[in-house]
Amino acid sequence: MAAKKRYAMVIDTKLCIGCGDCVVACKMENEVPEGFCRDWIVESVTGVFPNLHMEYRSERCNHCSNPPCVHACPTGASFVDDESNITLVDPDMCTGCKACIAACPYDARYVRPEGYVSKCTFCIHRVREGLDPACVASCPTHCMHFGDLNDPESNVSKLLESRPFKVLAPEAGTEPNVYYLI
Amino acid sequence: MWGNSCQGLGVEALQSGSGNAFKWAGRDLIISRPECAPPFGIGEAFPECTIQPYLETDMSVNRREFIKIGALGLGSMSLAPKVFEWGPSAAKTFPVQPGDVVTRAPTYCEICFWKCAGWAYTKNGRPWKIIGHDEDLHSHGRLCTRGSSGLGLYNDPDRLQRPLIRVEKDGRQTFKEVSWDEALGFIAERLQALKETHGPESLAMFSHGNGAVHWKTLVKAFGANCIAAPSFAQCRGPRAAGFYLTYGETVGSPERTDIENSRCLVLIGSHIGENLHNGQVQEMSKALDRGTEVIVVDPRFSVAASKARHWLPIKPATDVALLLAWINVILEEDLYDRDYVARYTVGLDKLKEAVRENTPEWAYPITSIQPEVIRETARLMALHAPATLVHPGRHVTWYGDDTQRSRAIAILNALLGSWGRKGGFYLPQSAHVPAYPHPPFPKPAWSPCDFTRALYPWALSPVASHVRDMTLDPPDPEKQIKAWLVYGSNLIYSLPQPEKTIAAVQKLDLMIAVDILPSEITGWADVVLPECTYLERYDDIRTSPGRVPQIAVRTPAFEPAYDTKPSAWMVKKLAGMMGLDDYFPWADMEEYLDHRLQQVGSSLEEMHELGVKTLPSLGPNYFQPGEEVTFNTPSGKIELYSQQMADAGFDPIPRYTPHAEPPDGFYRLLQGRSPFHTFSRTTNSPIFTELMPENELWINPQVAADWGLKAGQYVKMQNQDGKTSQFPIRTRITERIRPDCVYMVHGFGHSDPRLKRGFGRGADDNEMCTTVKIDPLMGGTGRRSNFVTFITEGV
Amino acid sequence: MEEFITTHRMNPDIDPVLTIWRWQVSVYLFLGGLTAGLLILGALSVLQRRKAAPTAAQRLLVWTPVVLGVGLFSLFLDLEHKIHVYRFYTTFRVTSPMSWGSWILLLVMPVSVLLIAGTMRETWPGLYAWAERKGLRGLATFSEKRLMGLARLSVALGVALGIYTGILLSAYGARPFWNTAILGPIFLVSGLSSGAALVQWMSRDEREHRLYTRIDVGLIAFELFLIGLMLIGMASGPERQQAAAHLVFGGELTTYFWVFVVMIGLLLPVLLEVFHLKGRPQPRFIAPAFVLLGGLIFRFFIVEAGQLTTWIGY
Ligand SMILES: Nc1nc2c(c(=O)[nH]1)N[C@H]1C(S)=C(S)[C@@H](COP(=O)(O)OP(=O)(O)OC[C@H]3O[C@@H](n4cnc5c(=O)[nH]c(N)nc54)[C@H](O)[C@@H]3O)O[C@H]1N2
Ligand SMILES: Nc1nc2c(c(=O)[nH]1)N[C@H]1C(S)=C(S)[C@@H](COP(=O)(O)OP(=O)(O)OC[C@H]3O[C@@H](n4cnc5c(=O)[nH]c(N)nc54)[C@H](O)[C@@H]3O)O[C@H]1N2
Ligand code: SF4
Ligand code: SF4
Ligand code: SF4
Ligand code: SF4
Ligand code: SF4
Ligand SMILES: [Mo]
Repeated sequence: MAAKKRYAMVIDTKLCIGCGDCVVACKMENEVPEGFCRDWIVESVTGVFPNLHMEYRSERCNHCSNPPCVHACPTGASFVDDESNITLVDPDMCTGCKACIAACPYDARYVRPEGYVSKCTFCIHRVREGLDPACVASCPTHCMHFGDLNDPESNVSKLLESRPFKVLAPEAGTEPNVYYLI
Repeated sequence: MWGNSCQGLGVEALQSGSGNAFKWAGRDLIISRPECAPPFGIGEAFPECTIQPYLETDMSVNRREFIKIGALGLGSMSLAPKVFEWGPSAAKTFPVQPGDVVTRAPTYCEICFWKCAGWAYTKNGRPWKIIGHDEDLHSHGRLCTRGSSGLGLYNDPDRLQRPLIRVEKDGRQTFKEVSWDEALGFIAERLQALKETHGPESLAMFSHGNGAVHWKTLVKAFGANCIAAPSFAQCRGPRAAGFYLTYGETVGSPERTDIENSRCLVLIGSHIGENLHNGQVQEMSKALDRGTEVIVVDPRFSVAASKARHWLPIKPATDVALLLAWINVILEEDLYDRDYVARYTVGLDKLKEAVRENTPEWAYPITSIQPEVIRETARLMALHAPATLVHPGRHVTWYGDDTQRSRAIAILNALLGSWGRKGGFYLPQSAHVPAYPHPPFPKPAWSPCDFTRALYPWALSPVASHVRDMTLDPPDPEKQIKAWLVYGSNLIYSLPQPEKTIAAVQKLDLMIAVDILPSEITGWADVVLPECTYLERYDDIRTSPGRVPQIAVRTPAFEPAYDTKPSAWMVKKLAGMMGLDDYFPWADMEEYLDHRLQQVGSSLEEMHELGVKTLPSLGPNYFQPGEEVTFNTPSGKIELYSQQMADAGFDPIPRYTPHAEPPDGFYRLLQGRSPFHTFSRTTNSPIFTELMPENELWINPQVAADWGLKAGQYVKMQNQDGKTSQFPIRTRITERIRPDCVYMVHGFGHSDPRLKRGFGRGADDNEMCTTVKIDPLMGGTGRRSNFVTFITEGV
Repeated sequence: MEEFITTHRMNPDIDPVLTIWRWQVSVYLFLGGLTAGLLILGALSVLQRRKAAPTAAQRLLVWTPVVLGVGLFSLFLDLEHKIHVYRFYTTFRVTSPMSWGSWILLLVMPVSVLLIAGTMRETWPGLYAWAERKGLRGLATFSEKRLMGLARLSVALGVALGIYTGILLSAYGARPFWNTAILGPIFLVSGLSSGAALVQWMSRDEREHRLYTRIDVGLIAFELFLIGLMLIGMASGPERQQAAAHLVFGGELTTYFWVFVVMIGLLLPVLLEVFHLKGRPQPRFIAPAFVLLGGLIFRFFIVEAGQLTTWIGY
């Protein structure tokens, strides 16, 4: 059996322009129902005119290495994929109790109109085919990168080695796998 | 005759060599396509930059009532065929299940005019997604946010569904749904009557978009030639004129800007990143990643500014002063490209002379940019030259002196030696695909455009706003515009002074609108022809310029919804009714396209497979070292000093003239783009409106404090002419803007209730544009001389 | 600093603030706590007397499965995917308090029924007679024989149930207002207090009535103390917890908390009870009714407060 993958997304905030293409690409690829989304863009402005700094972040489920959503799920509907760290929801097991939503510090999950919980899948259906996730593949600034952190030769490993980065709410102890180059 | 396709004159024309010769300003000029001739004859009158407030709102004499949904009745809705249901039915985590049938069709995007090529996918027969074409030079396999959202146009439940004719019912005007035969028959009959009473020349066309080709042919076959687009005098016209006057060529679209290779990129108000013109966005990102020095001049902390090392938060309307100061530094400090300037330009001494006084210290109180900053940035530009690109911008109709500002930009680039050089402006190439042959067009006896040319000598294309003004107020009672054909242009939103547009429509005998949505302009039409969206039709071959010639096709990915049709079908049928068949000698678009493609060694079949095809390069993208180049200007050189402008009574070298300042308690209203929308065309569509349902008014916190405004509060705007916005707008209190101006994204606040998602969401910047500063060189409508204050009561 | 979502995320139940759990969950938490209170008090009464006796505390045991049933129904109403409700019982997830809860509930039900069976001969002779007619005598005898064991088990399960309703929320590290270990004890005490109030209400015996009134005064005082402790802990905790505490110190829920939770839900009933003990009689249902109302308000408050506090401020 191949070694377990640790997939990560590395997003370069120096290049991200907050265009939201990743949001739309996700909606289309994954047929996310109208009024819902799996990823979103945060604009963060600091400073006072004219000394300003601005950062855009494309956010989504962090596919945490220590995923409280999975821990909280009473039915096992939320689980971590066997071959990777991708957190998924099995619609056939989900009761819609929303424990996982309460547990996720990033508000990455939502209840679909049919009643089960959904969220970013890291486009596992594409990743298994050797493709980048839809959002990564659409980003016009090429500021998103996807790969396996267990592979030191991967693009993402190298980026994290060579550039300063941060993750969201590290204090929450979830060990996120979406990294932001700063 | 000028089409708006004439923007690309220049290299393409010069290189093909086989074109026709034209005379202009006493010189011979070679242009490959006759319809691309620039204006002839320089007029006598050169009005000063005119300020024309227009506020006439008395609509009591309306001949045309604006038709709203109430009049349409509900019948039409229940008849609607079911369109693609997007969403909840996909019940599983994974969007693609074994056994799913996925198809794709090549297309190029119509959400804006960058025309990115891509693939439209269906899954199990239902529209799924649109993604970029890897080979495409406009998109490099990645569409922008709007292109990716393209299905939103297709999915819009408010789409026009069947032809409409204006009828009188119980003393009220309303639209009646009619058959295509009836609608087209009506048009044929009315156009015939128009021809008899006023002559064919009285038909003017407004267009914006790729589906317009056959309509343009029809109009010319009919005997008219006034085909205007808001993409000239409301958009990039001043840039075209400014560069044409300097280099004898325009910048074209997609721009020939070599951002990818630039080492120093200067953006003057050009807000790439919000302006999502795909290729530019991608190239800017590459440049940023490489560490390119970016200098952004913008009163607002734009996205580009946030990526730049140097943000110059300039006082709005003073860019010319900054540009002159930069030129001053570069000349005074001998930083210009001596060889390039000596070899290719004329007028250096006169330029030096003219800008002697324009020191950074002089510019400081005008622009509020510190002299050291001006010097430092000028030196940076010189340091990286010629790989320094002072971007010409695109939407440049700002203050009425825009051609001169564009000239200043062109001159600065010339001093840096960036035109025709790597990292500056490359030499573009476009595919030459011969036209489908048709008989010559009749020669119109007169053209409304003659008046435009007389007034605005460097109007390189018809001036849509002037066509409108002439409709309202004909310069010659014998030569009146009596009919409009409006294709894919929401004139109420794209021409300033919308009251004037409405008043002009009142004077028409016939008004035809071809659109996909019940956009405001359609509410004023006599006949509305519902076109299917770009995803449901063939359109002409894309041949736009790039680093190498490339062609792309648009093919129907889905069946047209409702009773909508492609323009090609409409025009062919209408031409038949009008006895103009000869001009459309093809059976259908498939035959038309195949014939054209065969001539460049391809076929429709092949293009269905390929989508995009790159043709052999026509030559280098840059001047060769020491190459002798003859520019298409009167002197054959790059004109730092323009004799022809001097001859025509204009400043031969740009000069700074101050603009009106906002009155107390008023703020200059600036407008721009959001990455989530294109003008008013997407602000009603699903997907697009999910990301951004309404626009906001950006207000500096100081100003907000003065007014006691809270973030997210709704206010109405009132401008200097007393015009109040129809709908309220949410405030965004942000440090990202200067305190002397406010900012909003264009295209919101739809006033037609048939646009259910967009109606009353946000406010329309255009209705605040009651004052317009007209560019005397080319008739551009500067819209940023409107000032607004806030109304908080009763909102 | 300006920080917001530009793409206008409006995921229902998440934006602009989390509202995944509404009245259904608050009602369930309240009824679950009440069940725990009743079960513990009833079982304690059995243990104390070493036999079944017609005390109000024991008589009220009969309502535990009913109250719990109503609570569970309320919880069921909250499920978004109701047909999958059985999925709670096809697995046990050791890390999930909700999974623990489901199984505790599964135990509470039969045990409480057995406890009722073991006491009903004394407490509800009519019911006993009915059971006898239905041939359920064996069940009664079985339970009576093991009454002390059942009572002990009931106390344990009651405590588990009472604490669990709090732990369920406090386990969510993502919601700072919930994320405090004291929440479990508070919910237990609050549940006991509700139970005591109901006994007080139902008691026909003046001594028992006074006893439970006194117990309840103690419980409420203790509850107030614990709530105070929780807030102090929060206010002196890390940044996010401080922000959470701000909710009731000047923030959005300040009035809700001080007026409704503290004054109307806790201080008013405790004062009424004290007055009652001091010999100022009032209609006997008044104080207990306020206690119960206070318990309900408190659950509503906590459920709401937790959802208003997050790690991410947009
Ligand atoms: N106030 C103000 N005015 C402006 C600007 C501004 O920023 N502020 N910007 C200016 C600029 S830069 C430009 S380029 C112009 C743009 O001006 P326009 O191109 O007129 O702008 P839109 O508002 O997008 O109108 C497009 C119309 O085409 C319709 N349409 C879309 N697709 C199709 C199609 O496939 N077929 C047909 N038949 N119709 C279609 C849409 O429904 C809509 O009614 O506006 C200019 N005017
Ligand atoms: N997403 C998206 N992208 C688009 C379009 C769209 O509709 N949506 N439309 C396309 C079209 S047709 C065009 S023409 C382009 C237009 O795009 P651009 O040419 O980039 O834009 P402008 O509208 O000229 O400029 C808007 C910017 O100018 C700044 N500005 C305002 N006043 C001044 C001033 O006095 N001086 C300076 N230096 N800056 C000023 C504003 O703050 C704002 O950042 O965008 C294209 N791209
Ligand atoms: S598509 Fe790329 S640039 Fe655009 S918002 Fe997403 S991550 Fe940023
Ligand atoms: S981000 Fe949230 S949903 Fe995603 S793995 Fe982490 S806790 Fe779970
Ligand atoms: S809502 Fe579904 S996935 Fe989430 S915790 Fe409950 S059962 Fe698990
Ligand atoms: S990885 Fe896939 S599912 Fe996740 S946000 Fe990107 S496109 Fe959406
Ligand atoms: S830039 Fe975007 S909207 Fe314009 S054509 Fe390309 S994909 Fe379409
Ligand atoms: Mo434009």
